[in-house]
Amino acid sequence: MKTVFEYTKGMNETITSYCPGCTHGIAHRLVMECLEEKGLLDDTIGVAPIGCSINSHRFMDVDMCESAHGRAPAIATAIKRVHPDKFVFTYQGDGDLASIGTCEIVQAAHRGEKFCTFFINNAIYGMTGGQCAPTTLIGQKTTTTIEGRTVAHNGKPIRMSELLATIDGAKYVERVALDSPAHVRQAKKAVMRAIEVQEKKLGFAFVEFLSTCPTNWGLSPVKACEWLRDNMIPYYPLGVIKCPEEVK
Amino acid sequence: MAKKLMKGNEAFAKAAICAGCRYYFGYPITPQSELTEYMSHALFEVGGEFVQAESELAAISMIYGAGLSGGRVLGSSSSPGIALMQEGISFACSTEVPFVMINVSRGGPGVGTIQPGQADYYQATRGGGNGDYHVIVYAPASIQEGVQMVYDAFDTADKFRNPVMILADGMLGQMMEPVELPPMKEPLKEEDIPKVKPWALCGKGVRGHKNVIKSLELKPEALEERINAYWPKFDQMRKELTSYEAYNLEGAEVVFVAYGSTSRIVREAIDLLAKDGIKAGLIRPISLWPYPYDAFDKIGKECKAVISCELSMGQMIDDVKLGAKDRWPVSLIGKVGGMLLTPVEIAEGAKKQLGVK
Repeated sequence: MKTVFEYTKGMNETITSYCPGCTHGIAHRLVMECLEEKGLLDDTIGVAPIGCSINSHRFMDVDMCESAHGRAPAIATAIKRVHPDKFVFTYQGDGDLASIGTCEIVQAAHRGEKFCTFFINNAIYGMTGGQCAPTTLIGQKTTTTIEGRTVAHNGKPIRMSELLATIDGAKYVERVALDSPAHVRQAKKAVMRAIEVQEKKLGFAFVEFLSTCPTNWGLSPVKACEWLRDNMIPYYPLGVIKCPEEVK
Repeated sequence: MAKKLMKGNEAFAKAAICAGCRYYFGYPITPQSELTEYMSHALFEVGGEFVQAESELAAISMIYGAGLSGGRVLGSSSSPGIALMQEGISFACSTEVPFVMINVSRGGPGVGTIQPGQADYYQATRGGGNGDYHVIVYAPASIQEGVQMVYDAFDTADKFRNPVMILADGMLGQMMEPVELPPMKEPLKEEDIPKVKPWALCGKGVRGHKNVIKSLELKPEALEERINAYWPKFDQMRKELTSYEAYNLEGAEVVFVAYGSTSRIVREAIDLLAKDGIKAGLIRPISLWPYPYDAFDKIGKECKAVISCELSMGQMIDDVKLGAKDRWPVSLIGKVGGMLLTPVEIAEGAKKQLGVK
């Protein structure tokens, strides 16, 4: 019988700590699947953030370290200096990357660091229990915006991909979503291209994944995917924002 | 080897390169900027890597990143910058990642001043970051001593898998003295890291299973177990690393305790007091953590007063009291704001304590 799908060797055979319906698991699998297909699992060093995915090193079967909140791009910068031919990535959520770690991600992109960042945007702080994030949508209720986020009080949600795409050192920037099989397949292509940008030492590569947080959104897994589709995608448009010729 | 006239900051940087350090990450801050500047060209000349970080928070994270990758790495800053770096220092202690830091300290608190200060004693020796850990802290009194400390600190950091801090001050960083540089060591090659540092992250292919450098333990039992597991190394450090210099203690009526550049001013005060027929001695802690409490047992029965001399409102004095164990009255001669003590001030202060006019 022909095998049509196999669980990637890049993931440990264990149950993740993520809530039912959370799309972290899909993002983890995509990154590991691509690294396996590229034959890079033995030569990869990853940096886990502060947030739910601090535990990602329990599930991804590659060398990994934890980072102080938001500092993963600075850590990856140095790892790549010591091991210039290894594949280096950071995996960060929106509280980590778009709030406390804005300085580190912008400056790493600006230096054109040759690592990849996989950015999980679920429009909320997950691990601490559903507070407003810089990416929280207008009107979205969180534990620190109980009446819903307002422009007057919090400003508009930050679009990290568009912001980073303005920086010359960022060579590849794409936003994808994990709400449907079709989008997941597109997301995998984005991860592959990001890996190739690093393999070719072209500069910084960034993939933003629109993700769900059913627990803190107060929705069922299915409803959470619908909410992502109906609310996040209109504000955070999907697609390649920047891509070098070499990986097209 | 012939001696060379060098500025402290540059000599410390060169000593690190001699010790095989090939990675440096820093952020400009007075009075240590020459160290960063020196590394920016000197490291490239030996095939090393230098990044001027966007902040001290990023710099310490880069230092941690290079350390956990198995690189021999140096960081440096000055007091307010070190305060920002405490996040990463605590993280590195928690994850047992070795590196060497140089703090060319200045007056505080807050932005304070750019002149020399010793008010970083607490943040250096008491763990300015969160949690249970210690940083090994050495205080040089001369540029030559600082050079040797930096040179040796990398092996100490690697041996204990713990950060080491050289607590210099603005005076040592900025002044020039003749120094003899230590011999150049062969740097660790990337391909040798898995052998020498089997815990380091190099990609799992080198060993067949993944390495994880982690700090988080959500289960309290697990964190308790981890802290208990690494805690004995601090007892070992106390046994192996405690060091001090005792000067003129025999028959001393007054014993000064001073570290770093201040200890040199105290020596002049001791000479002044000798002219007045007053015998004074000095305990100079060389390691500030672990602190040389045993040095105080060398003080003779003639001693009537122990005086902590520091460029602060009294921080090391806490350790002086722990060492003195109420055997002698302990007092402070301090100066703050970037002002320096003078030999006359110290001598007069001692006479006052002794009740001598």
